[in-house]
Amino acid sequence: MAAALQLDRVSKTYGAMRAVDNVSILIREGERVALIGASGSGKSTLIRLASGLILADAQGSGTGAVHAFGLKVQESGRLASEVRAARRNIGLVFQQFALAGRLSVMTNVLVGVLGRIGALRGTLGLFNADEKRTAYAALAEVGIAQHAAKRARELSGGQQQRVAIARALVQGAKLVLADEPIASLDPKSAKRVMDTLVTMSRDHGIALVVSLHQVDYATAYFDRVIAMNAGRVVFDGPASQINAAFLTELYGASAEELILPSQFAVAAPADAAPSHTLS
Amino acid sequence: MFATEAERTAHRAAERTLPAPPVTPFLTRLTRLAGAALVAVVLVFAWHEAEMNPAQLVRDAGNMATLGADFLRPDFTDWDVYFNAMLETLAIAIWGTLLAVIVGIPFGILSADNVVPHWVAFPIRRVMDACRAINELVFALIFIAAVGLGPFAGVLALWIHTTGVIAKLFSEAVEAIDPAPVEGIRGTGGTWLQEIIYGVLPQVLPLWISYALYRFESNVRSATVLGIVGGGGIGMTFNETMRGFLYSQAAAILIIVILTVTMLDMISQRIRKRFI
Repeated sequence: MAAALQLDRVSKTYGAMRAVDNVSILIREGERVALIGASGSGKSTLIRLASGLILADAQGSGTGAVHAFGLKVQESGRLASEVRAARRNIGLVFQQFALAGRLSVMTNVLVGVLGRIGALRGTLGLFNADEKRTAYAALAEVGIAQHAAKRARELSGGQQQRVAIARALVQGAKLVLADEPIASLDPKSAKRVMDTLVTMSRDHGIALVVSLHQVDYATAYFDRVIAMNAGRVVFDGPASQINAAFLTELYGASAEELILPSQFAVAAPADAAPSHTLS
Repeated sequence: MFATEAERTAHRAAERTLPAPPVTPFLTRLTRLAGAALVAVVLVFAWHEAEMNPAQLVRDAGNMATLGADFLRPDFTDWDVYFNAMLETLAIAIWGTLLAVIVGIPFGILSADNVVPHWVAFPIRRVMDACRAINELVFALIFIAAVGLGPFAGVLALWIHTTGVIAKLFSEAVEAIDPAPVEGIRGTGGTWLQEIIYGVLPQVLPLWISYALYRFESNVRSATVLGIVGGGGIGMTFNETMRGFLYSQAAAILIIVILTVTMLDMISQRIRKRFI
């Protein structure tokens, strides 16, 4: 079986800054991966590269290739011709919800089928009864079916985020990329959204990649953690290997201000430091 | 504020050694003077060029008095004629605006840098600039030569000029959108057109409606003037009365125009408020 997501020596430079520096990652089907790292470490850029919303640097041939379920998203700084087909398998959830605020919740979810149905029907918004049922079922699954007729912007941040998740469900995505989905939510909504994401992933076998600032969520909800620093992957392994010393190193001098998860409240002894170290 | 007397003394000493306030440099003052002189020269030149002559207002006071007196006695005998002409003006404005909106939507989208590549937006924007640069009156004169005197020439004139305006306003609204919803659509595998319909349009529609209504208001005013050069409508009737020295009738027409425009402004403002 093809990997859910495969990045092969992908780099992205903004001016003089290397936002993502020669990163290769393989996400297996149904896998749940947390992406952690300080602001500006390249998490968002990586997610946007994976979905082809931005193009990687064109370096040599064979570099900068992104595949999702065997379909090519981009390579050598150019979108692949099959990018739309590849995107159908990828659901996106953004920090700022990325919904059309004036459209109804239902329409925002129905948008998920655009990649699958005829271009004309999708453009004219002629969704059939079957598609509407699917959309409504997805809304019920994330627990906001009662808001289906409201405008998206009338919903709270957490509810809007669950609309985005419902859209990914309707899309039939086999991989969901979520870029700091809980960064602008209150703690209660944040937990609800994370629960929804993980339940969705478990129930439908959807691979999940979530970038997070909350290390406690990363370790509690995910088996695998990828940590980034200055555009590079500095750790890729089981969540159980993450400890306070590593986090202090990852987040740098500001780490003292981090609210660390309770199990890290006391700094681990030096000899328990993980085998991996930051370059 | 200060812990010790020594600190206070030190602070005072620092205050005394403050540098003198800045003085405007000589060159800057000279430049300002030259600027003022230039403005004065332009004003004097323009006065002569425009043949400004306040004395004439006084010398021809008799004429002004007649005009004023007639205007103060508006004559509504032929009100039905004026009313029909006003309707014609409104009709010109309605179709001139509607056609401009229909054509302006695609051109507006195609000249927004954030949804089309620059090589598409640039030439379209230049064409729209040209439509906008030429006044509707000039277009009216051109179209009167092409399709003859009458309201249709007025519609065509408004259409072309307003398309340029609408395309610019619409494209600026598109350029100011939040890109996230568009990326949301792109991420589901939607086409470019679907990104526009589900990502761009919901964001710009309220502004677009407001702009279109506002342009309709100003087009009613423009359509009035268009009539004077032969583009049909109330302007044409007004021109005829003025040429025949029928100032009382002209006054009646002006009153009808003012009432209509005021009413439309009020209605359109109401509608626009609902969409913003």
